[in-house]
Amino acid sequence: MEKLEVLTDAAKYDVACTSSGVDRPAVPGRLGSAVKAGICHSFAADGRCISLLKVLLSNDCAFDCAYCVNRRTADSPRATFTPEELCRLTIEFYRRNYIEGLFLSSAVVKNPDYTCELMLQTLRMLREKEKFWGYVHVKAIPGADPLLTQRLGFYADRMSVNIELPSQKSLSLLAPQKSKEKILKPMGQIRDGIQENAHDLAVYRGAPRFVPAGQSTQMIIGATPESDRQILNLTEGLYKKYSLKRVFFSAYMPVVENSSLLPARSTPPPLLREHRLYQADWLLRFYGFAAGEILDDAHPDFNPLLDPKCNWAVNHMEHFPLEINKAPYEMLLRVPGIGVKSAMRIRSARRYCQLDFEGLKKLGVVLKRARYFITCKGKSISPLPMDNPAVIAGAISERGFAQNAASLQSWQGEAFSAPEQLSLFAPTPVDKVQRLTGQI
Amino acid sequence: MAQGVVYRYDGSFSGFLCCVAQCFFDKALPLGIEPLDEPQATLFPVREIVTEEALADRVARSVPQKISPEVWDMARRGFLTCMEEKEMRLLRFLLLGYKEGGRAARLAVNSDVDAVNKALLYLKNEAHYHVEFLRFADYGDFLGATITPNNTVLPLIAPHFCERFNTENFMIYEKTHQFGFFHRRGGQRGFFQADRIDFPAHTPEEECFQALWKRYYDTAAVEGRINPKLRRGNMPMRYWQNMTEFQRVGK
Repeated sequence: MEKLEVLTDAAKYDVACTSSGVDRPAVPGRLGSAVKAGICHSFAADGRCISLLKVLLSNDCAFDCAYCVNRRTADSPRATFTPEELCRLTIEFYRRNYIEGLFLSSAVVKNPDYTCELMLQTLRMLREKEKFWGYVHVKAIPGADPLLTQRLGFYADRMSVNIELPSQKSLSLLAPQKSKEKILKPMGQIRDGIQENAHDLAVYRGAPRFVPAGQSTQMIIGATPESDRQILNLTEGLYKKYSLKRVFFSAYMPVVENSSLLPARSTPPPLLREHRLYQADWLLRFYGFAAGEILDDAHPDFNPLLDPKCNWAVNHMEHFPLEINKAPYEMLLRVPGIGVKSAMRIRSARRYCQLDFEGLKKLGVVLKRARYFITCKGKSISPLPMDNPAVIAGAISERGFAQNAASLQSWQGEAFSAPEQLSLFAPTPVDKVQRLTGQI
Repeated sequence: MAQGVVYRYDGSFSGFLCCVAQCFFDKALPLGIEPLDEPQATLFPVREIVTEEALADRVARSVPQKISPEVWDMARRGFLTCMEEKEMRLLRFLLLGYKEGGRAARLAVNSDVDAVNKALLYLKNEAHYHVEFLRFADYGDFLGATITPNNTVLPLIAPHFCERFNTENFMIYEKTHQFGFFHRRGGQRGFFQADRIDFPAHTPEEECFQALWKRYYDTAAVEGRINPKLRRGNMPMRYWQNMTEFQRVGK
């Protein structure tokens, strides 16, 4: 019981939570199946989805990365699961429909190869002895032998390697035992393995599947001084180069006292920044944006008041207003208030009848935001004139001024003074002059 | 002008199809369709619709042929929902289908089609929630679970569990609608009606695993990011009564 608590506590900062990506119907005689859309069995008190049994095999780490709870020099209780214990836990939780599967990570016990061997032992027992057919996500260990990484891939549905920090400089400063090459090498290997496997599956019947749900990675936001633009460019590059399914962002939770390299213990975690990064990530993957369109050299950080899509729309008013009944699908996606589902519904509904604003409301379009950017049959219902982008930005901003002040305060930890309250008794400029001349 | 009538039927889907057939014979829309156990009396003349399987079959065959399989699927699933006045709305939806053909399913801006679409979305989402939040308990020979949905979701979620837990014996009881589903290792499965189910007491091993899960659940949250509103938004509180991690009684 204590082992479970210690090892869950140690694993919770790894935010990759999905169980989606592979459709694998059950085989009679084996327990379990995997569903492409993903099933979240529960939600923790911090709002994050719990779909897998997310634990470390061991938190007895030989490395000493400055940002990590489990680093060698930290003073926390250490524990290690035996393969039998972990298998039993997984199977019993799965039978009760608590989880979709296992998320297995580990601290580096002795050295990367030894850790991989332990993980392989556990997975082999799970898949072959217990005949488990549910979802398994395994973390590859940077620096391990490629052969071990490959064997892990045949047991897992998804593999990932954490990039951890957005630049090589930060990585060498904070995690000297991991290097850029040690992290990128397994990522390249997994990508090549997946490609090769796709070929094998087409040619050989009964070929075993290698990492069918793809690869993902994670990086920590807020521990180091990179700009949002650097992070976003890196994300786009990772998607293109390694064919990743997802990149996860984790807001840095300060766990280290008195470190000269990291933000202080009392710094609040940059949650809004993480949220904006996820919004931008969605734009890259589903809305056809390029990283350069969202952020560029002149604007290297996100606008805290507007989400990236609204921000783009307000700065590019030359494309709007769009006529809903005629605009192409790609442009429909760029209207604030129209998401992928609404755009698809519009596209299929307008084949049968002309759409008007009542119809759009039924289709689920957020007219409160979209009305500044679209017309229906030539008519617009925007209550404001559409020539001044700043006015529209104010109208579609989701938050009131007080909330904005609070969020600006936590933005990258910079100080931002709260707005001054108006007072009837504050000295006016006339009073100030009269003070000087001695009349008051 | 013909006087309006209210149809009364037995609440089953075949009964509803007989109402549809009756509406055709009368060449007029009824004012309402009520199931027999509806307590509210009505001042309008009531017409009792007897369920005839042959007639219901005729309608069941004509809808996919004359309209489209998609509309038929929507109507069948629509009957499982808890939409208000669902019989009348489904009847009007089917009549629209007979008039317009298969494209009736796509006329999302028509108010009946819109209501059916929204009800189906609610049904689909609730079924998905139940697949996620259903919790089995191991009673030794079999796994058992209880659910309390608003819509009738058991027919939609049973196939998922049959497939996934094909090596287990299990049973799911839907408390709101008082019926359940069982599955035996080896393929035997079926629905059953029951007013109440009493499960046996938990074994010590079961208690142990429930405690482990509760501990896992409590530990998994990152303290600096506690967000009850987000949790409630993703996992509505009405599901919590049947979920192991929220049971605090007897701990």
